[in-house]
Amino acid sequence: MTRMISKIATLGFLAAVAALAASPASAQATLDTVKKRGKVLCGVSPSSAGYSFADDKGVRKGFDSDVCRAISSAVFGAPDKVEFVPLNTNIRFQALQSGEIDVLSRQTTLTFSRDNSLGLDFGPVVFYDGQGLMVNAKLGVKSASELSQAAICLLPGTTTLQNLEDFFKPRGIKYESVVFEDNNEWRNAFFSGRCDVITSDRSDLASVRAVANDPKQFVILPETISKEPLAPVVRQNDSNWKDIVSWSVNALIAAEEYGITQANVDEKLQSKEPEIQRMLGVSGDLGKMLNLDNKWAYNIIKQNGNYGEFFERNLGESTRLGLTRGPNQLWTKGGLLYSPPFR
Amino acid sequence: MATAAEMDALNLARAPLQPPRRRGLSAPLKRYFGTPLNALITLACLWLMVRLATAAWGWLVTRAVMEGGPEACKGGTGACWPFLAAKLRFMIFGFYPYDEHWRPALALALFLGAIIVSMMPRFWGRGLVWLWIAVPPICGVLMYGGVFGLPVVTTTNWGGLPLSFMLSFVGLALGFPLGVVLALARSSKLPAIQVIAIIFIEVVRGVPLVSILFMASVMLPLFMPDGLTVDKLLRAQVAIIIFAGAYIAETVRGGLQAVPKGQHEAAAALGLGYWLAMRKIILPQALKIVIPPLVNIFIGFFQDTTLVTIIGLLDFLDTVRASLRDPNWQGIAVIEGYVFAALVYAVFSYAMGAYSRFLERRLKTDHERSAPGG
Repeated sequence: MTRMISKIATLGFLAAVAALAASPASAQATLDTVKKRGKVLCGVSPSSAGYSFADDKGVRKGFDSDVCRAISSAVFGAPDKVEFVPLNTNIRFQALQSGEIDVLSRQTTLTFSRDNSLGLDFGPVVFYDGQGLMVNAKLGVKSASELSQAAICLLPGTTTLQNLEDFFKPRGIKYESVVFEDNNEWRNAFFSGRCDVITSDRSDLASVRAVANDPKQFVILPETISKEPLAPVVRQNDSNWKDIVSWSVNALIAAEEYGITQANVDEKLQSKEPEIQRMLGVSGDLGKMLNLDNKWAYNIIKQNGNYGEFFERNLGESTRLGLTRGPNQLWTKGGLLYSPPFR
Repeated sequence: MATAAEMDALNLARAPLQPPRRRGLSAPLKRYFGTPLNALITLACLWLMVRLATAAWGWLVTRAVMEGGPEACKGGTGACWPFLAAKLRFMIFGFYPYDEHWRPALALALFLGAIIVSMMPRFWGRGLVWLWIAVPPICGVLMYGGVFGLPVVTTTNWGGLPLSFMLSFVGLALGFPLGVVLALARSSKLPAIQVIAIIFIEVVRGVPLVSILFMASVMLPLFMPDGLTVDKLLRAQVAIIIFAGAYIAETVRGGLQAVPKGQHEAAAALGLGYWLAMRKIILPQALKIVIPPLVNIFIGFFQDTTLVTIIGLLDFLDTVRASLRDPNWQGIAVIEGYVFAALVYAVFSYAMGAYSRFLERRLKTDHERSAPGG
């Protein structure tokens, strides 16, 4: 009798496991769901300068938003089949897990534990960032190791404080952290001298500096105390969808490398380069392998531009954020951006 | 040193102090200048008011930047009005498509119109019921679209004032009946019903609104079958309704307890059943007593809805904040946005408070201080 009960229990357990295992399988076809819906649901930051913000007409602009549009172009041949779902840091992964969004493009750092414990997969890195420290030039500090007893202004982030601790503790440097909830307060506290040091990702610091009345008054110290590679995220176990997101990003990077821009992409259709021909769908059938139209990459570039154009219009030196390319430069120009070949 | 504006402000402030050609101090003046201490306090307050007024005037007008772009405002010490002009529509309507803004605008107008009509005693009657059966669906259809050739605008694009109003109004409109039912259940003589009501109320009141919103937006979807998602806005709305219901229940229960026992007994003596007695005798008195605390809850909830920003819904305060993060304006205009938000919230909260005082006077039927015809 007890054996019977335990057998039933085992069967029940197995059935439950099977049901659990089956649920990712039914999520297999994100592409089908997306096509049926007619829209990509893309998780973005509610408002973050340069990455995802509203222009005066309430249209979402920014680097992360443009990545969403590129995916829409790849799938639908039109950049506007995106529905932006604003998500805060604390709910972004759950939103992806529960199927509320198809892809998360939201300044999300790729880390080991996130990749391996959340049931998610990361696409290629779209932006190499890292936590930095900025000080008032008057302090005369040249390196982070010269700091001592400094008051450091920071925003409540998941890892910001941890990185500080990891950097300063082994060096035996004491500091005092001052946490701010609000961006403006945080920035003004630093400008008004409440803190000696302000810390955040380097791209963030550059934009803080750009806002200052006299940007030359502040220096970003050379140390990068953490690696923050930002990448789009998708649900695990859907190879096809992950490939679409990954190769959409790769196409942006490769296009810049091959000198294909939004303006000249039509001319490039005549190019004799086999790699360019394959990428733009002139020859071969790369698109079909992704279950997409063969013109997928052409559409991405024609409708949105290449990586360099994304960077320049959202973050680059022509914008008020005024970021330099830094590590986000092509590998051929000394940066880290490298797309695998299209063949 | 004093500018014309400052002199104006001084004269204005002093104007009522000129005695109207009479010897000695008139009665109101005596209150302010009767003793040396009073005179000192009055002068100090006047001085403070003038200082504040001139500072505000300087920031709002004299030193303010009236036109131009972000560059014109940079480094300025006054208000930056071009920022507000450029961002006004975004602040009010959020990410709603620009060319369709007339729809939320019309919905907002309809809604506020219906509220104003319902506030006027001369319109009180059956018509109002029909009005409120008609207006919310019309507003919903206007906002969502999908019929009469209106393009569909999904709720992820809703934001700003319409969203704030919707969350707080629907939350309270549906939370109120829920609250009344819960209050009746909690004061019920049937133990089972009473226990359920107590558990519900205490659990909901025992956790902050933030955690209920989190539960609704984070936990709930994980329990749902694959592929089935309930609209995020709807989830937040239901969370707010439940939360409002629990708070209103306790307030209403206070009112129920304040109704003298004699009223219950009199109703019973007349042969009225439970529901009839409640509907005709007890609840009208109980609800009248709790108008001030209810309005308190209403005002609080109108402002608490801003908490939905933590689950990524852009309510009015958050569209204001989002405007501040536009890289073109970032760090240039900060206070202007918040001043505008404060003004909007203050206007609506004050209106609610003022109306509740009017309602109290109007419904006053106390036996001790009854006005004739009350």
